[in-house]
Amino acid sequence: MPGALPIADPAPLDGALPASVAVNSANRDWSVYIHVPFCRVRCGYCDFNTYTGEELRGAKRSDYATEAIAEIEQASAVLTQAGVAPRKASTVFFGGGTPTLLPVSDLTRMLAAARDTWGFMPDVEVTTEANPDSVDRDYLLALKEAGFTRVSFGMQSAVPHVLATLERTHDPERVPFVVEWARDVGLDVSLDLIYGTPGESLADWERSLDYAIAQNPDHISAYALIIETGTKLAAQIKRGDVAPVDDDLQADMYELADAKLAAAGYDWYEVSNWAKRDENPEISHASRHNLGYWLGNDWWGVGPGAHSHVGGVRWWNVKHPAAYADRIAAGHSPGAGRETLADSSKYLEHVLLRARVRNGLSTATLDADGRTAVAGLIADELVDARAAIGGTINLTLKGRLLADAVVRRLLADAPI
Amino acid sequence: MSPRASYTLEPASTDPAFIRNFCIIAHIDHGKSTLADRMLSVTGVVSDRDMRAQYLDRMDIERERGITIKSQAVRMPWALTDENGKEQSYALNMIDTPGHVDFTYEVSRSLAACEGAILLVDAAQGIEAQTLANLYLAMENDLTIIPVLNKIDLPAADPDKYAEEIAGLIGCDPASVLRVSGKTGVGVPELLDEATRLIPAPVGDADAPARAMIFDSVYDAYRGVITYVRMIDGKLSPREKVMMMSTKSAHELLEIGVSAPEPTPTKGLGVGEVGYLITGVKDVRLSKVGDTVTNFAKPSSVPLQGYSEPKPMVFSGLYPIDGSDYPVLREALDKLKLSDAALVYEPETSVALGFGFRCGFLGLLHLEIVRERLEREFNLDMIATAPSVIYEVMGDDKKFTTVTNPSEFPGGKIASVSEPMVKASILTPKDFVGTVMELCQSRRGTMQGMEYVGTDRVELHYTIPLGEIVFDFFDHLKSRTQGYASLDYEPSGDQEADLVKVDILLQGEAVDAFSAIVHRDKAYAYGVLMTERLKNLIPRQQFEVPIQAAIGARIIARESIRAMRKDVLAKCYGGDISRKRKLLEKQKEGKKRMKMVGRVEVPQSAFIAALSGEVEAGKEKK
Repeated sequence: MPGALPIADPAPLDGALPASVAVNSANRDWSVYIHVPFCRVRCGYCDFNTYTGEELRGAKRSDYATEAIAEIEQASAVLTQAGVAPRKASTVFFGGGTPTLLPVSDLTRMLAAARDTWGFMPDVEVTTEANPDSVDRDYLLALKEAGFTRVSFGMQSAVPHVLATLERTHDPERVPFVVEWARDVGLDVSLDLIYGTPGESLADWERSLDYAIAQNPDHISAYALIIETGTKLAAQIKRGDVAPVDDDLQADMYELADAKLAAAGYDWYEVSNWAKRDENPEISHASRHNLGYWLGNDWWGVGPGAHSHVGGVRWWNVKHPAAYADRIAAGHSPGAGRETLADSSKYLEHVLLRARVRNGLSTATLDADGRTAVAGLIADELVDARAAIGGTINLTLKGRLLADAVVRRLLADAPI
Repeated sequence: MSPRASYTLEPASTDPAFIRNFCIIAHIDHGKSTLADRMLSVTGVVSDRDMRAQYLDRMDIERERGITIKSQAVRMPWALTDENGKEQSYALNMIDTPGHVDFTYEVSRSLAACEGAILLVDAAQGIEAQTLANLYLAMENDLTIIPVLNKIDLPAADPDKYAEEIAGLIGCDPASVLRVSGKTGVGVPELLDEATRLIPAPVGDADAPARAMIFDSVYDAYRGVITYVRMIDGKLSPREKVMMMSTKSAHELLEIGVSAPEPTPTKGLGVGEVGYLITGVKDVRLSKVGDTVTNFAKPSSVPLQGYSEPKPMVFSGLYPIDGSDYPVLREALDKLKLSDAALVYEPETSVALGFGFRCGFLGLLHLEIVRERLEREFNLDMIATAPSVIYEVMGDDKKFTTVTNPSEFPGGKIASVSEPMVKASILTPKDFVGTVMELCQSRRGTMQGMEYVGTDRVELHYTIPLGEIVFDFFDHLKSRTQGYASLDYEPSGDQEADLVKVDILLQGEAVDAFSAIVHRDKAYAYGVLMTERLKNLIPRQQFEVPIQAAIGARIIARESIRAMRKDVLAKCYGGDISRKRKLLEKQKEGKKRMKMVGRVEVPQSAFIAALSGEVEAGKEKK
């Protein structure tokens, strides 16, 4: 969740959606995101919408699952009213915050509500984010039994001084245990890594990569640390207490990650995400939920500050858990703002999001200027020539590092 | 002390014997305007209630900067009482002169309109270089000098010391130096008495064809051009047809009058009088400073001496920061031209800066004033290229090219380049003589002499290329002398010099705005300075960008901007696509404001920063 909400139109109190969202809805995948805005402590780099403490201006953590379930019920009514075809969910994702800070029964209840409301596809992917120090084997087992299929651990780094800068409290030694337990109970495992932390050397990063690969997870995400304004880390850098992060070093780190992960049998499928190649080519370990964001699918985001997208309308909820609780208690939509995408914005998003996904953007969907720009991108070795000739944009390693520049060039003359 | 005059003399029929024409010579902040204001109230022409501070300076900029750009003339009554108690009224015409070196010609015309000059010196600071220059001019014009120390109310005032200094300069008795405070009014009536007694009356032939010298010409949005004149011979009357002798253009006098200080129509102007004319013309170029106005029906055949066309000395490109403001800039310049006869300009295009105008100015202050007026009165955001002077370049083919813009510098073999020189006088406390000499030498100055002014200040005389002065000489002079040194200069011919044009290339393409004509010995330093600046200012691109400085085809300095390797936001924040799209939209908006030099995207802000030198300034602050 970003530090600030976008500026847009206010959302209506009843959350009603225009009929336009129903058009062709039966042909789009359906996902549910459930935000859990609580953490035990806030990490120095984090500007996500999360809060510490049991009670926040009258909003109780123990009431949260009930509130979220109320929003799920609202969602169902709003969608039905807008004429959106009832669809079974393809993916469900619990993010935070730290979802596993809640008792597992809360997660189970919320998941059950989603299932009762929309039903799940047979191959539904259900993920929760987890901190290595907030789960044990019993917790993981309970998740599996409730229908979760996947757990994503925020490992971030294997190097104590890097974790200390990030203010992560977990002990890296715990990661092998939680991974083993998760695998043992039958969950797919993803490890989240962060690189480019101030003070982190290339050797430190290599150590974290090796450590993560050694756990043999099904999926690895590696995100460059972004210093968000308003965070403690940003303030430390501004004061000169912490060295700023060097873009070139981050580029070196990305290249190292790509090389090591490829060698270990992980294929990139989005700029920051790698999935383990399965012996069975039918099986992919890519996160279908995250792919849904990039491919422009529909999803409902439940919880404070959560973002939703249905049929060209994007909206987002009020950020504070207390404000959220008030809205829900009053029977109002928690929506704070929304925007209905114009065609030009839809095109922009189409290129912006899909270009980052391996084989995600078809050249046939580009406008004339975009198709013209492809030649220059091939010449500059930013997109793969063979794939482009075959009709898809496939970023090279260099292109992935310069993905935003590639997107700008593809959209050079597109109206804003 | 004399009282205010109990009767005033009627313009157009005033006996020249009772007219006194004088100006005030003073350095910028030595209190000329305050003293002038005080005279207006002491003589009663402006009631205390109507008194605005610095009444005579009309333009906002003038008032804010505390300097006078355009002169005005005010007629004030004053009376002397003889030993028999008989009162005689006089008409005092105070002609306000511009105080800055850029306006030397206007100053010379103002002086030519006077018989006397009040030399006004700050009693806490002593005389300054520009004041010295104008004092010499006044003495050469045989003006009677009334030396005055101002600001004697200041705690730091040292009137005895500076009275000695002035006495040493003009050869008078230190005791005869008057002491006043424009602020409190102390000594001002005595000063008016002394001026009336000592300044000679104007002399002229009342029966000859009219000859009036234009000493100022001001554009007024409602009245058109207001021309300020000093009558030498003859008489001018309302509704009469007059002729400007330089252009032979004829105009009807719609109004003739005196400033008191508001324009007051009169029955005409006679010998020795000072006043204004309104003919309805809309362009100051039709009423030029220094020109002679005569009767159309019975014209004089001999124009007054000393007329010359304003000649721009310094050139600079002015560009609107927002390219779409170009038409606004053109309109603004067209309007400014009406009130500024010295301003010249023509359209110019720059790869780096887009569409703008090459403008010619009398000097650096003139440039700054024009730029500030454009920004303030027309709401324009501007960037000015480095000031340039006029070079005469001779190619091997003996062909001469006049170069006011580095882009006009001919390619190929150059036989010679000549540059304008100035005689510079620098007045500095003696402790700074060494550092000032060092500065002048580093700017290719040749010392012509040095003399003490008073006991602790020195006047240094140099000839220096004007091109070295217009760059940042004054800033350096001020910073090396803790602000104490003052500078005056006047044109002093041309000299041949080993000058070259240095181009700055981005990925092999010359960036016109950064080309400069410099001495060969300094070409390398300039090249290094600019390439380093640009390296720090231009964002990394998707490819490596070489930045070179070159004389012709020869590279003299080189830097490079490494290719950008990472330009990607790692994460999409739990589905907040709106934020990411807005970020992209912002980037695209930003890209629109980029200037393309070949394939290199350069933010306009980088050009501006590189031109203004704020890169090093920022470093120094740290």
